[in-house]
Amino acid sequence: MTSTRIFFVGGLMSYRALFGWMNPWIFIPSLLVSPVCQILLFAYIGRSAGVGDDEFYVIGNALNYAAIPCMFAMTFTIGGERFAQTLGLVLATPARRIPLFLGRSLPVILNGWFVAMFGVVVGSLLLDAHIPGSAWPLIALVVAVGSLASTGLGLVMGALNLVYRDGATMGNVLFLVLLIFTGTNVALDDLPGWMAAIGRCLPLSHAIEATRMLGDGATWGAVQGLVGTEALIGLAYVAVGLATIRLFEHLSRAGATLDQI
Amino acid sequence: MTGLGARLRQQLVCFWLQLKILMFSPFEGFLAVLFPLMFATSALLVYRVNNDPDAMLYAGIGAAAMGIWTSQTVSATTLVQRERRAGTLELVVAAPTSFSLVLLPITCAMATIGLYSVVATILWDWWVFDIALHVEDWPVFVLSILMATITIALFGFLLSVSAVRYRTSWALGAALEYPGWLLCGFVIPLDLLPDALRPVSWALAPTWAVEGMRAAAAGESAWADLAVCGAVGLAYAALAGWLGVRLINAARRDATLALS
Repeated sequence: MTSTRIFFVGGLMSYRALFGWMNPWIFIPSLLVSPVCQILLFAYIGRSAGVGDDEFYVIGNALNYAAIPCMFAMTFTIGGERFAQTLGLVLATPARRIPLFLGRSLPVILNGWFVAMFGVVVGSLLLDAHIPGSAWPLIALVVAVGSLASTGLGLVMGALNLVYRDGATMGNVLFLVLLIFTGTNVALDDLPGWMAAIGRCLPLSHAIEATRMLGDGATWGAVQGLVGTEALIGLAYVAVGLATIRLFEHLSRAGATLDQI
Repeated sequence: MTGLGARLRQQLVCFWLQLKILMFSPFEGFLAVLFPLMFATSALLVYRVNNDPDAMLYAGIGAAAMGIWTSQTVSATTLVQRERRAGTLELVVAAPTSFSLVLLPITCAMATIGLYSVVATILWDWWVFDIALHVEDWPVFVLSILMATITIALFGFLLSVSAVRYRTSWALGAALEYPGWLLCGFVIPLDLLPDALRPVSWALAPTWAVEGMRAAAAGESAWADLAVCGAVGLAYAALAGWLGVRLINAARRDATLALS
């Protein structure tokens, strides 16, 4: 019961307290305007280069941008606590770590899902990209799986933030890695082999591919393998993140470096 | 020291001090170079799919200048907020040197980081994408890059004074990054944009500087583009100077300068 309360109530409270982007003056430009502008930028680059269609760039960039709230919010669950001088209190509690940190990830996944879906919907409207009506429910599901996977990577970042303080720079670098390697703007088949191989181990690659297939009219049966792989990758990152948090928590206690800013 | 000499010294000292601070900042130094470099890489990967050397060269020239824009957007919009957080904003405003003359060398230092980004991107394009710049008129090409740097610095100057009372201005700066890359035609021809957006592109000085870079590379005259670029940049400076005085006076009158 306590773990359930920590998961839901603790997660929501932590999100409201630490996620500064809830301010509309930040949320609207950062998480609504920017993804749409990124979609438009690459859609026009695609038109100029004569590569792909608008739908390709709408889906790729909308999902790619979900990584921003997912990764940064999870990083801030560590960095924000440290900044508020409450990290020691959080880690000194007897609360189990799995509900403590996974509870914080649930609102993050929902927010990432919303940002990506907003990008897909508004990008499609602005560029007149046609996505069949029947595909939308499955697209919503695949985007949720992609957000979960990105949040898993965010959990790893949050753990690294225990020992590397500059979470903002680290988050941006990882966002760029996802932009280049996950087939956001160039299909994995058109990337050099080594880049595609890295991309297939990262969150979002399979979700982007599955969403594009759904947008082209594919059935659930055609994409379920990709969605399953994306979910497995996400869960693997979550597991690595939780294990890394435990390890770095121990190291930072031993070195008395927990609250260093 | 004469008034002009003292003013020049203040500009140089402030520029050099801020440049050193920026160079050691992972976010405003390292990331200001890496972020546009990776977006340029992503754009060039798209262009590379069709393997058209002319299109690659076209995109490569514009991509080189993307970093100058990035060096200003987030950094310039958060300039005043950083002073506020550091507790130095009141000191800067109360100093006998006008507020505008304090901000200007800071935005110039930011643009210098952008200039470094240009060199890094040109080398990166050559190394990774095998894009060798064929430039017919190197002096005018370099002048176009310098014009882009100076006018974007002036745009940053305008942004920084405009955001004096916007407490979460970094979000505005981040949101300006992609529109700037799109509207200034760094990696796409402006003809592709909807007609309604053309006047916005014309009002952005880098649009003309990038046109100048491409004209110089092709051996055509770039002077008309550079003249418009300079005129638009001066308009930014005049507007920023005018706004700076009024916004700061309003913030002092309402006692809101230090609120964060």
